[in-house]
This record gives sequence, C-alpha cells and structure tokens, in this order.
Amino acid sequence: MLCEECQKRPATLHFTKIINGEKTEIHLCEQCAQEKGNFIFMNQSPSLTINNLLAGLFNVNPSFEQKQQETIQHKDLIQCTECGMTFSRFLKVGKFGCPNCYPTFHDQLTPILKRLHGGNWKHSGKIPKRAGGSLFIKKKIDILKETLQTLIEKEEFEKAAEVRDEIRMYERQLQEGDV
Amino acid sequence: MSIEKFLSQSISNWMNGEGPHSDIVLTSRIRLARNLKDFMFPTLFSQEESKRVLNYVEGMIPLLVEYPLKKVELLKMDQLNELQKRVLVEKHLISPNLAKDAFNGACLLSENENISIMINEEDHIRIQVLLSGLQLERALEIANTVDDQIEQHVDYAYNEVRGYLTSCPTNVGTGLRASVMMHLPGLVMTQQMSQLIPSINQLGLVVRGIYGEGSEALGNIFQISNQITLGKSEQDILFDLNGVVEQIISQEWAARESIRKTSEVQLEDKVFRSLGVLTNSRIIESKEAAQCLSDVRMGIDMGYIQNISKTILNELMILTQPGFLQQYAGGPLRPFERDVRRAKLIRERLILEKNK
Repeated sequence: MLCEECQKRPATLHFTKIINGEKTEIHLCEQCAQEKGNFIFMNQSPSLTINNLLAGLFNVNPSFEQKQQETIQHKDLIQCTECGMTFSRFLKVGKFGCPNCYPTFHDQLTPILKRLHGGNWKHSGKIPKRAGGSLFIKKKIDILKETLQTLIEKEEFEKAAEVRDEIRMYERQLQEGDV
Repeated sequence: MSIEKFLSQSISNWMNGEGPHSDIVLTSRIRLARNLKDFMFPTLFSQEESKRVLNYVEGMIPLLVEYPLKKVELLKMDQLNELQKRVLVEKHLISPNLAKDAFNGACLLSENENISIMINEEDHIRIQVLLSGLQLERALEIANTVDDQIEQHVDYAYNEVRGYLTSCPTNVGTGLRASVMMHLPGLVMTQQMSQLIPSINQLGLVVRGIYGEGSEALGNIFQISNQITLGKSEQDILFDLNGVVEQIISQEWAARESIRKTSEVQLEDKVFRSLGVLTNSRIIESKEAAQCLSDVRMGIDMGYIQNISKTILNELMILTQPGFLQQYAGGPLRPFERDVRRAKLIRERLILEKNK
C-alpha cells in the first residue's frame, strides 16, 4: 500500500480516526506522518513529559494565529536581563533560565500560572526566614494577633499579655528594619 | 560511609513495610524544590556555574550538624558508574534525570536513606523525604526541618507573590510535591482504575506509574501526587491528598471484598498460582515478577498466605530491577541472564522466608 500523502513511499503507519462516530482510516509513510504532525509518536518521543506539553498549553488558540504572531513579537521585546531568556523561548522550552525571569515575565506569566495551578497565581505557603525577610515577620504577627484574640475571648489574660509583648517585639523589629 | 554501603544495603528504611495503612500505601514522599538566589537555573547554567552550586552545597555540609542531617554522605554523579547510578534510581533515592544528564549532579544522602537531597537536577536543591506507609505530615515535618537548616546557610530564590522560584513553573510556589505510592490490585482487577484516574485528576492530583512520569503501573503500583503547588499552603496540599488517598484505600478494600464474595476460589487460585511461579520458575521477566509479587502481596493482606512477610515483597520489588541484579552479579547482564538471576533470587529469598 502506498502512502496517501505522497503516493510514493510505502505506507508503514496506519491510523484510525473516529470523529462523531464516523470512522476514517489513514495510511501514511513515516515521513509524511511526521510532516502532518497530527500524531504523537510515543516511541519516538520518550521524553513526552509535562514540560513538553507545557508549550502546547501555553499557546493560544491557533485560529488566532496572526494575533498570536503579533503577541509573540511583542513579548519577544521583553528579555530577562540576567539570563537573556525571551518569553517565546520560554514557551518553547517550558522552563525559565534564572530567578529573575519571574519578575521579568510577571504579567505574561499570571494567566499561565492560573491554568497550571487551578486558577491560583499567588503563593500562600511557607515563607523562608531569610529570603522572606519582613514578610516572615508580618505573617508571624498576623498569626500572633489571631492567637491574642482567642486568648482574650477565653479571658486568659496572663497568656494574652505574653503574646502582646511578643507582637510588640516583632513590630519593633519591623520598624528598625532588623529582619 | 561510602557508596558501596548504599549499594550493598539493599533495604532502605522506606521498604520496611511499617507505618499507617502500610498494607495499601507503600510509601509517602515529600519533595521540596529550592533554588539559590544568585545563580542561573540548571536549564541554562554553564558547567562552571553548576560546579559553583555544587561547591556551595559541599561547603555547607559540615555546618549541617543538627537532626536529621547529622550523618549525611555526598555522592557525586560523575564519580559513579552507570550501574551504581541505576541502583540509586531503583531505590528511589535519585531521579533518572539526575543520573542521566545533570551537570555536576550530586546527592546528599542520610544514613537511613530517608532523606536524599539532589543537587543540580532541574532545580539547584531538591529535598526528598521518603517514609514507609501513609505518613505525609511526618515526612513534611522532616523536609521542613532540613529546609530550615539549609536556609540558615544560603539565600533562596523567593518572591513574595510567586513563592519559591523554580526552574519550571509547574513547581513554583511551595515547590512541594507530595506523593503516595499505592498498591491497588483490587481496583485494577475490577477495572475501576480507569474510571478513578480522571476523577483524581479533576481534584488537582496526578496518577502515575511506580517510577514517576511516563512510567508504567508495574505490579499494580500507582503513585498519586499533587499537581498544584501555587496558591495553596503546604498543609492544604497534604490535606487534599490525604483525603483522596483514604478514599482510595477504602475503595480498594471494597473492591477486594467484592472479589472475595463473588469469586473467592478464582482469587485464591490467582494468589497461589503466582506464589507457585515465584517459588518455582527458573526464568522470569520483570513484568511477570512484578505481577506475581502483587498477587502474593494481596494474598498476604487478605489472609490467604500467612508465612511470608510483606517486607520481603517490598524488598524483592526493588532487588529484581535490572540495576540491582547486575550490581549483585558484579557486571552487566544480558536480558536473558537477568531473567534467570531474577528467578533464582526470588526463589532463594522465599525459601529462606519459609524456613524461618
């Protein structure tokens, strides 16, 4: 059987496509199949990992191809000053070059993060002591304030006074920039 | 301590078959992805820069003196041969990526192998804690202690809005991947796994085979982990995962009970046939071995087999992998030779157990 595309080489790959219950059979040679690009060859792309899929996920609907082209050109103007990563390169590789890429591509990244993380784009977990700096102290104060409120409600004033002093200590640290 | 010790010590602590729900949950794993502030991510860094990251971490080791990092050993990937690296992968102590193509890749291992810190994998530092049974909170606690200790000596790449910055945006935020390895033969036999996987995905969790991304579910073992790392606290991530895992455990038991009710003889037959294969075969491929080990393990869980411990099976799952077999043989083996050695190893181990 000859390849349906080129009619020259023998068809070595056979596909069955079912759309709305309608079955179509396609017979292609390896080269044409690859050119058509409709199919993923698991054996030829063993590294089909989440990172490879990212590029697809990031890209906009292909029917807006022209618009997308413009956006990419615009996005390409922004480049990370630390590592030279451009946004379109990031879309291809699915990974950033350095920590500075995050603030560099902040605006473009938010919609992507939302898609990857169930609508979330802002961190709400652990804060490192050093890198988190004042943020760590602020979070600590918030937690202590909640504790203070509970202690007051329970009329445990002695403990509440201790917590109040602790809050004051942290607030002083914040003011003095000693974090 | 030396590499020889890690390689000869076939049983890692996580294989001991203890811990809550250890009949269904083999292991709980926590991974924290961290990067150093002033370095390029491994995606782009030069060999020279990767060396600097490694030196940085190496210089820090003598400073890590508190529990649980008192006794750690640094294993540099370029000082290990292919086989040695493969064994570390099979023991789940390093990732295949670190073994394959990391620039100046290394791994900091704790003595009992519960903690392994990968250097220069996809991120500069990846802290991994592996425990037996369902113990996600405990594993996170240990990982956090390790993380805090390391942070005393380095500046992490962190940003108020995005959290811990990682090379791939799928890990940004908490940098936390929590995974649970589960043995689910009942759900596979009753063909419920294919229905379960999409609904687990909808909850922001992923189901994979035993060796992670892209690997097959050998021996009915599945790995379930969180997909979302941003916008949820570490505790929330664990809470969601724990909830789903507990649901799956009860569904697995329900499936096993329903099989017991409807086809007990067939079930017993399957279990004991597999035990027969394991104790008698002279040639066995890894896939068949994994399936038989799964059947026998279920037979133990359900009370059909009494004189074999579950630990043996955890151990054999690992020992019968190609890397380990070749490590024992002291050199490379062709597939057929491996199948013969695998059969011999299983046979001898089970006979030893019987005579105990």
